[in-house]
Amino acid sequence: MPESPSGTRTGHETQVVRTTVNGVEREAEVATRLTLADFLRHELRLTGTHVGCEHGVCGACTVHVDGAAVRSCLMLAVQANGRRVDTVEGLAGPDGELAPIQEAFSKHHALQCGFCTSGFLMSVAEALKEGPIETEQAAREVLGGNICRCTGYAGMVDAVLEASQTSYPTAKGEHA
Amino acid sequence: MKPRPFTYLAPTSVDEALAALAEHSFDAKVLAGGQSLAPLLNFRMASPEYLIDINDVAGLDRVRRVDGGWHIPALVRQRTVERSPELRAAFPLLPAALEQVAHPQIRNRGTVCGSLAHADPAAELPTVMTALDATMRVASVRGEREVPAEEFFQFHFTTSLEDDELLVGVTVDDLPPATSTGFAEFAPRHGDFALAAVAGVVTRASDGAVGAVRLVASGVAARPQRLTAAEKVLLGQRPTPDVVGAAERAARGEVDPTGDIHASADYRRHLVGVLARRVLTTIAEEGDHA
Amino acid sequence: MTAEAIAEAPVRPVEATPGKQPMIGAPVRRREDRRLITGQGRYLDDLELPGAYEAAFVRTPHASARIRSIDTTAAARLPGVIGIWTGADLPELVKPIPPKVSNPLLRDMPRYPLPPERVHFVGEPVAVVVAESRYVAEDAVELIEVDYEVLPAVSSTTAALAPDAPRVHDELDDNVAIHVTQVAGEPEEALRTAPHRLSERFVIARGGGHSMECRGVAARYDVGTGQLTVWPSTQSPHYTRNMLAYFYGMDEDDVRVVVPRDSGGGFGPKAQFHGEDAVIPYVAMLLRHPVKWIEDRSENFVATMMERNQVHHVEVGFDDDGKLIVVKNVFEHDQGAYCAGLQVPMITLSTLPGQYRIPNIHTELIGCYTNMVPTSSVRGAGRPQAVVAMERMMDRIAEHLGLDPAEVRLRNMIRADEFPYKVGLTFRDGSPLTYDSGDFPSLTKAVLARFDYDGERERQALARSAGRLVGIGLGAYVEGCGLGPYEGARLRLTNDGTVLVTLAATPLGQGYETIYAQIASDAMGLDMEHIAVATGDTSRIPFGQGSFASRTTVTAGSATLQAGRELREKIFEVAAVLLGAPAEELCFQGDRVCAGGDPGRSVSLRDIVQVSNIGKHGITMPRGVPAGIEVTSYFSPERASYASGIHAATVEVDPDTGQIKILRYVIGHDCGNVINPLLVDGQVLGGFAHGIGNALYEESFYDDAGQPQSASYLDYSLPSAIEVPKVELVHQFTPSPLNPLGVKGAGEGGTIPVPATIANAVEDALRPFGARITSLPITPAKVFAAMTATNHR
Ligand SMILES: Cc1cc2nc3c(=O)[nH]c(=O)nc-3n(C[C@H](O)[C@H](O)[C@H](O)COP(=O)(O)OP(=O)(O)OC[C@H]3O[C@@H](n4cnc5c(N)ncnc54)[C@H](O)[C@@H]3O)c2cc1C
Ligand code: FES
Ligand code: FES
Repeated sequence: MPESPSGTRTGHETQVVRTTVNGVEREAEVATRLTLADFLRHELRLTGTHVGCEHGVCGACTVHVDGAAVRSCLMLAVQANGRRVDTVEGLAGPDGELAPIQEAFSKHHALQCGFCTSGFLMSVAEALKEGPIETEQAAREVLGGNICRCTGYAGMVDAVLEASQTSYPTAKGEHA
Repeated sequence: MKPRPFTYLAPTSVDEALAALAEHSFDAKVLAGGQSLAPLLNFRMASPEYLIDINDVAGLDRVRRVDGGWHIPALVRQRTVERSPELRAAFPLLPAALEQVAHPQIRNRGTVCGSLAHADPAAELPTVMTALDATMRVASVRGEREVPAEEFFQFHFTTSLEDDELLVGVTVDDLPPATSTGFAEFAPRHGDFALAAVAGVVTRASDGAVGAVRLVASGVAARPQRLTAAEKVLLGQRPTPDVVGAAERAARGEVDPTGDIHASADYRRHLVGVLARRVLTTIAEEGDHA
Repeated sequence: MTAEAIAEAPVRPVEATPGKQPMIGAPVRRREDRRLITGQGRYLDDLELPGAYEAAFVRTPHASARIRSIDTTAAARLPGVIGIWTGADLPELVKPIPPKVSNPLLRDMPRYPLPPERVHFVGEPVAVVVAESRYVAEDAVELIEVDYEVLPAVSSTTAALAPDAPRVHDELDDNVAIHVTQVAGEPEEALRTAPHRLSERFVIARGGGHSMECRGVAARYDVGTGQLTVWPSTQSPHYTRNMLAYFYGMDEDDVRVVVPRDSGGGFGPKAQFHGEDAVIPYVAMLLRHPVKWIEDRSENFVATMMERNQVHHVEVGFDDDGKLIVVKNVFEHDQGAYCAGLQVPMITLSTLPGQYRIPNIHTELIGCYTNMVPTSSVRGAGRPQAVVAMERMMDRIAEHLGLDPAEVRLRNMIRADEFPYKVGLTFRDGSPLTYDSGDFPSLTKAVLARFDYDGERERQALARSAGRLVGIGLGAYVEGCGLGPYEGARLRLTNDGTVLVTLAATPLGQGYETIYAQIASDAMGLDMEHIAVATGDTSRIPFGQGSFASRTTVTAGSATLQAGRELREKIFEVAAVLLGAPAEELCFQGDRVCAGGDPGRSVSLRDIVQVSNIGKHGITMPRGVPAGIEVTSYFSPERASYASGIHAATVEVDPDTGQIKILRYVIGHDCGNVINPLLVDGQVLGGFAHGIGNALYEESFYDDAGQPQSASYLDYSLPSAIEVPKVELVHQFTPSPLNPLGVKGAGEGGTIPVPATIANAVEDALRPFGARITSLPITPAKVFAAMTATNHR
């Protein structure tokens, strides 16, 4: 690590972040180099967001920032300032009622170790907001930005198609 | 895989950003979508002393119509371009290529200009912008300049941007009438960086012969490479299967890729020919039906 | 996903209690799911260890080097750094980590947690930094200067065996770690006289486990009790405890190993003991402060054990009917820099003959040291490679004789009436290799029927005549599973009236909380809702082995069954006294024990606990009531049980690019009785995706200097939902006679034959070119090279 004459690079440089996480306003002083994933997990203790690669490929860290699914390992906590962040902890309703995609994941055995699951749920949740997912191929493409090492994806494909039907009952789908 | 320390700056205007760049120049890096820079920071392969985050800069996040074309400013996300009805209609090459760039979660953040400034020789957008003959709008406290795509990309991860310069946007001129475009790539898995890709823009004369053509390949050189020999084969000819076949051979002959763990030089050369043929075949069909 | 039962439905190993829904064999939804889909799972890095320091390792960038000196002064001055230790600073830890499975022939070289002088692979740790945060620890790592004398390295078995190869270990005169040959019959003579002989060389690349959660370990030392608590991300908590007790010279009871409730996948590497596992708890003891180390992906790519890399030289002799007379296979196995265990090559050695009756066998292992991270089991563990050698040759035999490859297989398969079948080789424990049960021809026929094999061949012929490159491949395998020595289950009626099943084995996504409750439920005749499952804590059950090698359902499942039956008796013993009814008349109704089916004569589990577990201070127990309702049971199988299966695939190759597309895939498998079909299918399909990775995508490249070339997911491709095709499943259930549940293993069968099956299909697709596919994974670039090589002929 090159030393800076001004001595600014001690790693302790901090800034205040104000952000709305799962509908709750949070404020914290964080190191500027802290990633959003680490902030959520270790500062806010929202450990449902997982870290599997820290270079954007596995998708385990996927959260929504201002409604868009993004990799929280590739964002800084300070970049969440003034923005809305939603994580897997906020997917179920306030009364604990599961979102259709959560329910479908369990029903179709779309998870085993569960480490990848939060990221998949957040990716699918964004896609479902945009419209129905009607074919197996479309489901696979929605899932294609995340990696799971346990399940082989078959249950996930079924879960996505079913959740789409629950959310868009009038859309036609491959799945019954 | 945690970034080294840096000083974080978040300018809110282009002027502020340029001032910060002027002050810190070589010691600073611009942070746009972060989809290339953040992995480098996490791997500690990049270690700027100053990170200039342009995400709060006002006025850079909307595509706009300019005289005879479209302007895509620095903060326009790849996903925005891919979904924009106007841009899809004006430049079908853009969505065709963007849908092959990583995954939606990456494109939600990654910017078009960030990909251009990053200049990964395997990336789709530099190739497509070269084929579209796009113009880079570059600014610094010293002033603004325009750089044609072909001069902008210089080498692996190297552009003609100076240390104090910001790519404020890219402008793409409307395509002339009777123009067809095509894009094809080969990647081991969907969303991976391509082993090779070809983008083509062909304008036909009234007799159906090729009047103008730009054929550009990635994955075969340190920057997007124009397939000039193949272009020469096409010029003045109707793109019949024979002509396309000759262009395929010319393309294969004119590239000189290097091999790596994923593909030998031979295989890449072969792929460029195949992809050129695929692009030209779609373009030919489209043009014949028009 | 389509599932189809082709044989009889699973046999119920346990009489269901009248009126009670049997749980074994039911597709029960998992209890684990709710917390995992709501973000409430608790993985290692989610542990609440307030104020814990975080560690990072300095790792050698050279594949072979001598450490001249290490300068930590600049790093030690960095604010936030707590401590730095090099190997030389921790002489107590300079003890070799013994291989997990050894052999008298092994020339074992010491593997130290933190080697003080000599390093043998890129990524090997040479110093540890403990700091207030991982961020600072990484800053400090960069400030530590290590002066290395760089030495020449070898990075393939071929290079290791070259006459003038640099030596990986100075102490040895070559790079051979072990050389073992097993012979059945008279293979040399048989080869000489066989009417037909064919040989080939197959190369299988290195690949990793790649659990989505990397490794890690956290530890806290309690000065007051002298107890060390360690939270590793291991598949084998008792093994970790035993190793730590050995390293630190502590009593086993003072080392408590607790595997966090949730674990983000294992697949083999987490069943191994890595150097970091010894270092972190030790520095936590030195500091008397909790320390945690969470491996990041870039460490995982270089420092976590891998597998797979083998080179096979296989030769077969057969008659005019395609009947095998002899197989001879000599294979080089890449052991990596040290021998972490011989399980993988030993399994390859004995898996070779597979489902076939082969009178003469020669199977020979040359285990090599190389300057790469050591290898150990990864899902499939040595079997996929053996299956490549055997199954690829079955196709070559068919091709040579102009026969159908399915027919050639059926002609050679061991028949159902030949079990138990002695293969003629010895198993890794020295006993005669014996298959317990199965029906290979019937499963094969069922798969061919499901696949519509004849129709598929016709469609292939049509496609070929239209110029398309379509190919069909088959791949059969056996999998020795349910390995010993033993596994235990401890069942207790807890004070709130719940039956608690405690296992030494730890789950890695297999749904133990559900499966073991299902087994206990049937064993006891008690509803599942009154049964809870706890795992992975050495303080809760003293002995255990762990979850690896598809062994847990057999061993821990059988132990749970035994213990459940005994616990039921104990509970009824108490209830009999309290109700004044004979035990034979009792049954469970909800959480009550009921006499003669009369709810009026019943007693609740809570009341039973009150009498028998809690009691009244100073008051005599009622006569006939045992104190403490608890049963611990261990099950040790007499030998391995054999699961089996056969896969069938149709692929199409793009003649332009060499791209491979899987058009159809059918998996037939027989893993004996099934506890939860939902979960077994999940295991098979998950294993299949791993097999697809091995067949088509995954390769850990090293250059000639031993530098890893694929150390990120941009260069090492794991299959996503787009690459893993839809699978059709065919089930057969041949119960194992070797355990009371009749179960076999299900964790790896999905993986094992995939590379061989796909390779057979691709070569079949390329048959018009006569192109040969001999190297895995099969990338489009390799297909292109194979096609052009024959074009130029
Ligand atoms: C998993 C994964 C897969 C990917 N796959 C592909 C793929 O298949 N094809 C592909 O093309 N890309 C791929 N990418 C890269 C992605 O497209 C990036 O978004 C893009 O390359 C960079 O855009 P960005 O806005 O994120 O830039 P950043 O990461 O923020 O910046 C990249 C570089 O450009 C500089 N920079 C950015 N903006 C400006 C500016 N306006 N002026 C001056 N300098 C600037 C930065 O300083 C930095 O050096 C992938 C990324 C990931 C994580
Ligand atoms: S941890 Fe962010 S994508 Fe893998
Ligand atoms: S469930 Fe384990 S990685 Fe997906």
